[in-house]
Amino acid sequence: MLILTAVLTTGALTLTACGSRDNKDKGSGGSSGGSGNTTVTIGVDAPLTGQNSATGLGLQYGVQIAADQANAKKTVPGVTFKVKALDDKALPATGQLNATQLVADKSVIATVGPLNSGVATNMQQVFSSANMVEISPANTAPELTQGKDWQTGTKARPFKTYFRTATTDALQGGFAAQYASDTLKKKKAFVVDDKQTYGSGLAKLFKQNFVKDGGKVIGEDHVNTGDKDFSTLVTKIKNSGADILYYGGQYDESQLITKQLKDVGAKIPLMGGDGMFSDTYIKTAGKEAEGDLATSVGAPLDTEPAAKDFISTYKSKGYPGDYSTYGGYSFDAATAIINAVGKIAKDGKLPSDARQQLIAAVQASDFQGIAGPVKFDQYGDTTNKQLTVYQVTNGKWKAVKSGTFNG
Amino acid sequence: MNTLPQQLANGLFLGSMYGLIAIGYTMVYGIVQLINFAHGEIFMTGGFGALTVWLWLPKGTSMWMAVPLMLIGGAIVSVLIAVGAERFAYRPLRGAPRLAPLITAIGLSLALQQIVFNLYPNAKSNRSFPQLPFGPYHLGSISIQSGDIFLIAAGAVCMTGLAFFVRTSRTGRAMQATAQDPDTARLMGINTDRIIVIAFAIGGLFAAVAGVSYGFKYGNVDYSMGFQAGLKAFTAAVLGGIGNIYGAMLGGVVLGLAEAMATAYISNIPGMEQFGGQAWASVWAFILLILVLLLRPQGLLGERVADRA
Repeated sequence: MLILTAVLTTGALTLTACGSRDNKDKGSGGSSGGSGNTTVTIGVDAPLTGQNSATGLGLQYGVQIAADQANAKKTVPGVTFKVKALDDKALPATGQLNATQLVADKSVIATVGPLNSGVATNMQQVFSSANMVEISPANTAPELTQGKDWQTGTKARPFKTYFRTATTDALQGGFAAQYASDTLKKKKAFVVDDKQTYGSGLAKLFKQNFVKDGGKVIGEDHVNTGDKDFSTLVTKIKNSGADILYYGGQYDESQLITKQLKDVGAKIPLMGGDGMFSDTYIKTAGKEAEGDLATSVGAPLDTEPAAKDFISTYKSKGYPGDYSTYGGYSFDAATAIINAVGKIAKDGKLPSDARQQLIAAVQASDFQGIAGPVKFDQYGDTTNKQLTVYQVTNGKWKAVKSGTFNG
Repeated sequence: MNTLPQQLANGLFLGSMYGLIAIGYTMVYGIVQLINFAHGEIFMTGGFGALTVWLWLPKGTSMWMAVPLMLIGGAIVSVLIAVGAERFAYRPLRGAPRLAPLITAIGLSLALQQIVFNLYPNAKSNRSFPQLPFGPYHLGSISIQSGDIFLIAAGAVCMTGLAFFVRTSRTGRAMQATAQDPDTARLMGINTDRIIVIAFAIGGLFAAVAGVSYGFKYGNVDYSMGFQAGLKAFTAAVLGGIGNIYGAMLGGVVLGLAEAMATAYISNIPGMEQFGGQAWASVWAFILLILVLLLRPQGLLGERVADRA
């Protein structure tokens, strides 16, 4: 009886813990005013609390700034933009619920998000059925735009409503592997991932390219998101004799792994993808983060002259979160939506099938964003393939190499 | 290099933390037969209590000054919440069917999580916790972090103190009597209400020590940290024999060691590569629990569960 109760209640606890949400229009405030007679809402879906929230908040406020600027400049005469941000807690099921909610809200014209590729897989179908455009500034898993057989050469776009301003892991994994073997001269990699769509996909692509470049993968392991204790894992890594640790996943776990790894005395850098390119990573890991590397999508935002205004607005408004990872791409994604609305709106009025018309208008986007040119190919992928390697130097992410990956 | 000593140490440290939290489950269960599912959150608030003290202290306070104050702060918060929960949530349900307090406990657990989540400043993601300024130390092939030293030292002091208290003090003996038979204990002049409050308070105290150790060990605290830790600690308490304080500590250590061994070595067994590693640690820990409960339903050190549950 005791055991039975225990099992039942732990099950119930798990369920309730997953189900506890408070998405009562959190963060939906902000922009208001403007003289338009039509109000159009841009939906946002990202993790805004808990896991991944530092980069998720950067996404939300990137969109917010774009909407505020469009209202101030009257980019689309007669139309006022509002932002409705929902928190998916990095959970695919919650993301799907949020998608349903955004689709049901008549005022929402399109959505920016989500942050996690694994969440995107659960949201794509919902948006597609409703003919609503979804632009992710952060998803990098290749199959989202190119279909699950993309690696065997048969690329097929599964959803015509899905676009992204970030480039894919097919390039990011290769770019990281190239930097590790050619520039850092690393030969033995230990690869760890978090079993999520993004993390495991990125780790796999790193492995393939690292081996192709002449390196050896001498060990592999997987962790659970939310894990805190990696002492056993780091002991294994230290003992394996690896000269670099590659982690496919988010900053939440990698910031603890790097700290625990350096604490046991392993003097090897941890390298990861855009999911761990966040100031929170350095803040948590402290001086143990020194020398760690991350690749991220796009050129460094701080060096883009067009982004100066964006960064100073973000800072002066005191918005929470890290804008450096996806803030620029979120701004550009929102701008693509705003521009497309401008194309289909007539005298401040939207046509009755506005969502449907917006798909073609977004597909035809071609403008200079703050993080680079914004243009989509036939899969909905950005044509901007820029990637950057960052290294922690004196407690700051410093761009060490920018470029594109050509196999 | 042989990693076994290091992996055993890793398991021991992790297990000690489970054990410290498990004490709270087991003491309360031993005396009122209630599984206090809010205990994981009491552990969490202990960590936040200590963090509050740290933030409130002037910058540059020496760690030697700060650590005792943080422990006191964490303990005050945890004990107050534990005792408050007993007084306002569980005591009114003392005579109710067993399911009622259990559901109350789950509700309380969620409520505490959400209160910290919504009201504590910036608690919507990890809050970084101060670090101890010494270590790591190397003992042969084992390296030990400062947080682990704190954990082991605090755990040993607490456990010795508790064993001493329960065995020799008047209140401790009254606790044993209440656990054996609350009605007869009351007839013998023991104020059982007071004993129950003390059991909750001791559980809260241990949870606070565990919460502070957690902060030092992992460098941050967050509102949801009590969920998984509480679940593991509850498992440890059942594994060791719920109701038995030594069992809770032993169960914690066994569970920690099992997780460490599973992470480190299962994947080396031919044909088992798929089932090893960090991601499978909890699976193996729970398999161990099932095996122990099949072969020894009362747990490793338990004695009296059969007639209770």
